[in-house]
Amino acid sequence: MFIIYCPYCCEYREEEEFHPKGQAHIERPKDPEACSDEEWGDYLFFRDNPRGVHHEMWVHAVGCRKFFNVTRHTVSYKILETYKMGEKPSVTAESVAATTTPESVQKEGVRA
Amino acid sequence: MQRYSGFGLVKHALSHHENWQRQWRNPTPKPAYDVIIVGGGGHGLATAYYLAKEFGITNVAVIEKGWLGGGNTARNTTIVRSNYLWDESAFLYEHAMKLWEGLSQDLNYNVMFSQRGVMNLGHTLQDMRDVQRRVNANRLNGIDSEVLDTAGVQKIVPIMDCSKNARYPVLGASWQPRAGVARHDAVAWGYARGADALGVDILQQTEVTGFKIRDGQIYGVHTNRGDIEAKTVGCVAAGNSGVLAGMAGFKLPLESHPLQALVSEPIKPVLDTVVMSNHVHGYVSQSDKGDLVIGAGIDGYNGYGQRGSYPTVEHTLQAIVEMFPIFSRVRMNRQWGGVVDTCPDACPILSKTPVKGLYFNCGWGTGGFKATPGSGHVFAASLAKGEMHPIAAPFSIDRFHSGALIDEHGAAGVAH
Repeated sequence: MFIIYCPYCCEYREEEEFHPKGQAHIERPKDPEACSDEEWGDYLFFRDNPRGVHHEMWVHAVGCRKFFNVTRHTVSYKILETYKMGEKPSVTAESVAATTTPESVQKEGVRA
Repeated sequence: MQRYSGFGLVKHALSHHENWQRQWRNPTPKPAYDVIIVGGGGHGLATAYYLAKEFGITNVAVIEKGWLGGGNTARNTTIVRSNYLWDESAFLYEHAMKLWEGLSQDLNYNVMFSQRGVMNLGHTLQDMRDVQRRVNANRLNGIDSEVLDTAGVQKIVPIMDCSKNARYPVLGASWQPRAGVARHDAVAWGYARGADALGVDILQQTEVTGFKIRDGQIYGVHTNRGDIEAKTVGCVAAGNSGVLAGMAGFKLPLESHPLQALVSEPIKPVLDTVVMSNHVHGYVSQSDKGDLVIGAGIDGYNGYGQRGSYPTVEHTLQAIVEMFPIFSRVRMNRQWGGVVDTCPDACPILSKTPVKGLYFNCGWGTGGFKATPGSGHVFAASLAKGEMHPIAAPFSIDRFHSGALIDEHGAAGVAH
């Protein structure tokens, strides 16, 4: 069970109040009519699927009903931060890689 | 290969069953093969088996980072059916169904395929319209399928709550009598034993760490046990397909999600068929051992951890108890999760890739087990000929750019 901090309610709430809504920071092409089939298909269907740090959108469905972003590790499932729409993540795959050692990564994996 | 038979059983009894031949070898990797299969689950082993048996390509290696069938092959609810709506998927799954029907004989290995029938319930008028549409589509494709009314459902499954007072009353169901369940481990082991006997090298605890690509053509893989060369490489890595594609330098339209299932304590025989419901979101069958095998939907978020969340367990069991009040006090024994690679249209990818000689078989999402023989067969044909098999061709990765999707959410949304 995740305990998720809603950046709008400024409170920790249980997972069941929320719904995951897929990858965050996807920008709709400014001029869809001008897109090639490749560009449009990529926008619609192709998502990052990292084994590691992932930025995703969640909605506080039975709370404030606002969308926000979550940075989460997809193996340990650890939530690294939550932040409002329009903001940039402060924790990224690069910043995590810079601060972790191989031993700590292995430790994360043990929980699986 | 030592063939299994009743006579053999008696013969080995005389030596206290101590001299059975090992089912497959544990070879050291050769420097080069004709074909490398990455992933030693059911689909990968089936691919290797059919490559050797049907296409005479025996210089094949199956590379598996863990142990055989240790991934989703061992983490599913073993349901086999072929009542899919669209022609493309109906052909693929029915191809598999026909292979299932002779599989134990073909492999000389009892995969315990039990055609006990699968029922997909309808709880609303729209559900029943969808059921009728799918049943009619199935019949046009030569797949056995029937529409049942409430009385028909109650007759086959007397313990189900079919009363009008139910929160989600059972209005009817689609019914495929040829569908059923099979023993998942035996499928992996049977294919492994068959492939090994034909000369395929099965390399366990060997992890692919990269691809060797030159001028857009693949010529081998890097592994933790050294480089292995091959001009043709087939990746059948389920949840980890996206990671492999990343190593080869392209993206797949897949997202990996945890899908979980659970089994109860063993109880006396009470359910002799498979019951699924998209609407209340759960499915259940009873194993030969007596435990109820229960499954439901994926967790909505991406995840590579082989475990699921508790809210999903609760939701699943609510659905089961809704359908079967008699199960309300059955205790659950075990719960497990697998990593499924889901596609936007709930259909698999069997495809060439931007890298010449590199093929992918992935995206089976929540329902790959039932397709194991068919998937292996058509993928082997594609690898052998260098051209996608006609049944596999519509499942090309190009469909996400051309728009020719095969939308099976109606048949595949939950019920596997």
